[in-house]
Amino acid sequence: MASVTLDGNEACATVAYQLSDVIAIYPITPSSGMAELADAWAAALRPNAWGMVPTVVEMQSEGGAAGAVHGALQGGGLATTFTASQGLLLMIPNMFKIAGELTPTVFHVSARAVATHALSIFGDHSDVMAVRSTGFAMLSSSSVQEAQDLALIAHAATLESRVPFLHFFDGFRTSHEIAKIETVDDAVVRGMMDAPFVDAHRARGLTPDRPVVRGTAQNPDVFFQNREAVNTHYASTPALVKKAMSRFASLTGRSYGLFRYHGAADAERVVVIMGSGAETLEAVVDALGPGARIGVLTVKLYRPFSIPDFVAALPSTVQAIAVLDRTKEPGAVGEPLYQDVATALTEAVSDGAAPFGRMPRIIGGRYGLGSKEFSPAMAKAVFDELAKPSPKRHFTVGIVDDVTGTSLSVDEHFEIEPAGSVRAMFYGLGADGTVGANKNSIKIIGEETTNGAQAYFVYDSKKSGAITISHLRFGPAPIRAPYLISRASFVGCHQYSFLERYDVLAQAETGGVFLLNAPYASDQVWDELPFEVQDRIIEKKLRFYVIDAYAVAKAAGMGNRINTIMQTCFFAISGVLPREEAIDRIKHTIEKTYAKRGAAVIQQNFEAVDATLAHLHQVAVPGSPTASRRLPPPVPDAAPDFVKRVTGVMLANQGDRLPVSAFPIDGTWPTGTAKWEKRNIASEIPVWDEALCIQCNKCALVCPHAAIRVKVYEPDRLHGAPETFKSVRYKGPDLSGSYTVQVAPEDCTGCNLCVAMCPAKDKSNPRHKALDMMPQPPLRDAERANYEFFLDLPEVDRALVGHDVKSTQLLEPLFEYSGACAGCGETPYIKLVTQLFGDRAVIANATGCSSIYGGNLPTTPYTTNKQGRGPAWANSLFEDNAEFGFGLRLAVDQHERRALARLRALAPLLPAPLVENLTSIDQGTEQGIQAQREAVEALRGWLSEILTKESVGVRADAARELATIADYLVKKSVWIFGGDGWAYDIGYGGLDHVLASGANVNVLVLDTEVYSNTGGQQSKATPMAAAAKFASAGKTGAKKDLGLMAMAYGHVYVAQVAFGAKDSQTLKALIEAESYPGPSLVIAYSHCIAHGYDMGHGIEHQKLAVDSGYWPLYRYDPRRAGPGEAKLTIDSASPKADVKTLMANEARFQITEQQDPDRYRGLVARVKQQIDGRLKLYEELARVQN
Amino acid sequence: MDLTTKYLGLSLAHPFMPGASPLVDDLDVVLQLEDAGASAIVMHSLFEEQIIRQRYGFASLAQAHGEAHAEALSYFPTPEEFALGPDRYLERLRRIKNRVDLPVIGSLNGTTSEGWLEYARLIEQAGADALELNFYHVATDPLEDGAAVERHLFDIVAVLRESIGIPLAVKLSPFYSSLPNLVTRLAALGASGIVLFNRFYQADINPEELEVEPRLRLSDSSDLLLRLRWLAILAGPFHGSMAVSGGVHEPIDAVKAIMAGADAVQIVSALLRNGPKHLTHIRRGFEQWAEEHDYTSIDQMRDSMSLERCPDPHAFERGNYLRILQSWQPPDPSLVRDAKPRRR
Repeated sequence: MASVTLDGNEACATVAYQLSDVIAIYPITPSSGMAELADAWAAALRPNAWGMVPTVVEMQSEGGAAGAVHGALQGGGLATTFTASQGLLLMIPNMFKIAGELTPTVFHVSARAVATHALSIFGDHSDVMAVRSTGFAMLSSSSVQEAQDLALIAHAATLESRVPFLHFFDGFRTSHEIAKIETVDDAVVRGMMDAPFVDAHRARGLTPDRPVVRGTAQNPDVFFQNREAVNTHYASTPALVKKAMSRFASLTGRSYGLFRYHGAADAERVVVIMGSGAETLEAVVDALGPGARIGVLTVKLYRPFSIPDFVAALPSTVQAIAVLDRTKEPGAVGEPLYQDVATALTEAVSDGAAPFGRMPRIIGGRYGLGSKEFSPAMAKAVFDELAKPSPKRHFTVGIVDDVTGTSLSVDEHFEIEPAGSVRAMFYGLGADGTVGANKNSIKIIGEETTNGAQAYFVYDSKKSGAITISHLRFGPAPIRAPYLISRASFVGCHQYSFLERYDVLAQAETGGVFLLNAPYASDQVWDELPFEVQDRIIEKKLRFYVIDAYAVAKAAGMGNRINTIMQTCFFAISGVLPREEAIDRIKHTIEKTYAKRGAAVIQQNFEAVDATLAHLHQVAVPGSPTASRRLPPPVPDAAPDFVKRVTGVMLANQGDRLPVSAFPIDGTWPTGTAKWEKRNIASEIPVWDEALCIQCNKCALVCPHAAIRVKVYEPDRLHGAPETFKSVRYKGPDLSGSYTVQVAPEDCTGCNLCVAMCPAKDKSNPRHKALDMMPQPPLRDAERANYEFFLDLPEVDRALVGHDVKSTQLLEPLFEYSGACAGCGETPYIKLVTQLFGDRAVIANATGCSSIYGGNLPTTPYTTNKQGRGPAWANSLFEDNAEFGFGLRLAVDQHERRALARLRALAPLLPAPLVENLTSIDQGTEQGIQAQREAVEALRGWLSEILTKESVGVRADAARELATIADYLVKKSVWIFGGDGWAYDIGYGGLDHVLASGANVNVLVLDTEVYSNTGGQQSKATPMAAAAKFASAGKTGAKKDLGLMAMAYGHVYVAQVAFGAKDSQTLKALIEAESYPGPSLVIAYSHCIAHGYDMGHGIEHQKLAVDSGYWPLYRYDPRRAGPGEAKLTIDSASPKADVKTLMANEARFQITEQQDPDRYRGLVARVKQQIDGRLKLYEELARVQN
Repeated sequence: MDLTTKYLGLSLAHPFMPGASPLVDDLDVVLQLEDAGASAIVMHSLFEEQIIRQRYGFASLAQAHGEAHAEALSYFPTPEEFALGPDRYLERLRRIKNRVDLPVIGSLNGTTSEGWLEYARLIEQAGADALELNFYHVATDPLEDGAAVERHLFDIVAVLRESIGIPLAVKLSPFYSSLPNLVTRLAALGASGIVLFNRFYQADINPEELEVEPRLRLSDSSDLLLRLRWLAILAGPFHGSMAVSGGVHEPIDAVKAIMAGADAVQIVSALLRNGPKHLTHIRRGFEQWAEEHDYTSIDQMRDSMSLERCPDPHAFERGNYLRILQSWQPPDPSLVRDAKPRRR
């Protein structure tokens, strides 16, 4: 048996893969990792325990995956799946069936919160608890080691018992924790499988050679009895699990029970728990010692719940029990585990089957929802509560509940970090290599030394400029500490700018080591630090080291890759290993990692290691702080109260401290808060040359973050402008005045799209354009003032703006500064929609990237105009978004109809021209919308007047009602946003239905051709020859033609657009789609980091995609029904570029080529054929005239 | 007629072979070239940039956004088995070696003495019979003098000579102060041959877009003249093999090249334009011409018109220049009269 360091997902998937014939998968965080590994192993032809390569197949949803598993099981195959959260909920119907049919299988679940008031991708047990009535046995793992071991035990037990198993462990905390564990070798796996049970399962498979019928419909006469026929299997399951556990113990030496008790034999206080929190409790029990008379009982087999085993596991001395549930069941007597424990004890005590005569006191509490930290201090608080004479019967721990007072108070100073261990925290920028380097360090220490090792990573909610915090523990003893580091012996800050935003030294222990990557020399850096940081260093007596890692990386020819450098620093000064030994091991790892990339790369990394040691310096720390500069507040004083009180705290990484009362009760959140977070993540920003600018406004159009804007205003508004504010006379048809292109220096992400798009070149020096990227720091202060001045300039009168690209960019964007990736190809479409229709838009957003950058806290990018109007936005689920948006449309229509009905009822009391206006104004134009808004305002005046005259009666009621819904007389624009994973796969059924319904909704599909948000799994939009997860070798099938399918209805407006290729067509399509009084579908080419190239080239790739015929532009408008008109118009010219060029410049295709160049060549030829065929078909359709 | 020749120490059935080009990327075309009678196969160049890009390029792009967001720790599959561009090059070389019964000459194109040179050894291990180094250096730095450019080349040749045992040819550009000096020093460093000349891919200007655009222009017979001059001049001082590359389109072009001193004739543009069979046309045409003119062997023809042997050596030197200038007449004398000095 070997030791390896891996995460919980891999530990579990390794076993599941070996014991399966069929694996049906669908991506969902945090379980995707298991599915990805299974897919990758199958692609690499790794055999299962029976020498066969399992079939791994991605389905259109988790519902589909469960159906496929059910089918495979009924066919006699051994099948499994991996899922979590919403995915598990979609499997429920099949789970009832699978269990009802006594079908052995194991579903592996990295348990995650179920979306309620908000989505949470993080860990708790609300998903697994929601399926506890399905009839699945439920086996819970508490650690990475168990995720492997209990997975195997579950597979063994299900075959013998025939009861299907749900094997689960904590999402993220276990699924993503990297730990050193003992592996199970093939002999153990085989040893756990009993051939007769495998054979019996296979023999039950449906076959015409031994035909039977399953899935009958039963009537009242027999259903009930038949349902009870399974009972004996459930009754015997606990014993069979114990049998499997004891066989496992004999094979591996690691023993498990249905319940695990840890603590004093004479404990009086016991906490009952499932999942990773058990290890935290056990550590606290050990730390407090036997004298505390406390213990922990961990439930492993939760269903079927064995009362005898449970009671037997408790010490007979127990007097008080706290049951911790990682879920919430509002309105219940208590959470599920609490109820089970209470019932079990009641039954046992009343039956005289308990070892204690008196019923212990039982209290129940919730902890850890949505990956809320469960620390030793919190664990201790639970034991402390149990010791009180009148403990809270139902409590929460880990939060401050100042509303209903449920929370326990926690001693924040209590911690149990073991002496002699190294506890290191690293603050890195997403994708800067920090996490990768730490994973590497863990492997080095975990696998090459006898030390215990553990790593856990905390990620940001942003997709650009995101912070990562790594928590690494090393020590002579095995590490069982599933909680964040509270006292770090080493803190590494890999990005200097973090010092201004986060308290990176909060967890540093006195006398610890602080390593800072700073762009300053060791004798300068101290003077650059803010007062607060200096104070921390002195107060904690930190040994302070500095390195200019970016300079070292650059000099070593490694660009921005600082991972090797920072890792070397860590090993050099942390003391985790003797320095020389550590450096040798780093070099050894470099050799292994880069073997494939050649000796030169290895040498380059070696040189970087040596250079690092030469440039790493300890900084002399004075006795007291010398800086006068203080840290700025997280949000400015001008921010609204809520933003300062709540958002600002979250931005400072202190959201854990916010009490319950700080929050809205129903998940409703204010819009327009992104503007208060100034992230300053761009190293370079665009600088405008007003003399060169041709005022095309394309820069504003392509900006993914609304961080470069244009305005036209009266010249006298320039009075009081900052000195460096630029302005020039506006050249345009509709408006006159002064014109400014202004960058938001602190919101820009530096993606370069605006500069790439800028067509205005200096004739004598074409390298200089009207926009050039320049370093941000020297420009920051001046441009900040300029931007503030710019924002105060009046917005253009919407009624005066034409429907061309240039004019529409003068409209105020109502989607700004989102956390989307720098250079995102989706957000320019969304921003454009908000410019055109945002002040009257209701948006339904499918879960995915667009819901994450659209609504992932702390901040919200959808915002309002000066009148307070702006997009109303909501995310329901992933799968139901079309239906959800459809429902919004239905409600809006009802409100509008009701308003019209009340208006008609009140017409006799209102001026006839007003009523006439309100019912007849053409709202197809901006002028019409404005006229209608004015009419509604007039109506409000009349309604108040009516109410002053008549306060009771039918007419007064109608007036009061109409006053609340009069705004619905202004046309609302209902939008349905989502990615291709939603539109092509999981939500397709609903989308199809909504399109068929004829409802007036506008569907915008942000097509990145891959599941971007969950990490690049293939969807049915993925093109042939592209490598994606679940299609590692490169997709063989063609991309689904969603537009063509929608066109088949005849009544659906359909357009395919690519703003980078032809922005005027994009604009036209969006305006037409919105104006079409039926369903519209706009499929928008969205370049994406999952395509594998620098997003600064997104525009070029879009052009190439269109020019090569890969992404034809078209509009299908059912209104073009006149004689001689064709509904379909193709807007792109005949292909003039080779799609091969596009494919040669995107990693997604190159990964396919690298694996098998000959196959790739064949696929490219087929892609070309497809392009030709599709264009021919479209051309034929475009010739079909009415 | 005896067409056999020796090039880089390899005994070849005749001097005619495809030069380094994308033609050989497709094994089918390689087989067609063999059928067309190629005497050797020169591989498409493996570019330094290709090697460097493959090291970091797509791998770093694929990893560029990983480990940043809790939902997606990566965005691409990481297949266990994959071949980078340079590895595929070696694989292609191996396959060609396995399938054809001809000498195969590998080709490396680069200018720095960084780590990409390790591929020379790998090309040798993959079975190449010789290696052609295409030193494609465009000097743009005013601080880099001519001697530095040459030193650079010598450094690379020295490294290559040390790392491989197979013969080494250096493909040169014509832009050196003294090619005779340069090639003798290359020979002293162990270069077995030179190839005259590489053709710089010359960028064109798009005046509408104010963009510089790469353009591939195929050669024609007029490109041969420059090569003839230098073959003729170098035939004396350089004691290794010489190949002509660029401008051989018809049999008579080949005759001239051999007469000027070429041991081997590399053909690219004509094959790209006319297909592999054109090689047969050139070989047969050459043979026919030679027989008609009573040549019995290539040796008899080679060098016959070199600087050392031709009847009027001045024609290859400055005399050539004078003669051409004097023979030129302006089509319209007024054009010359009215021409104004160009403003700088």
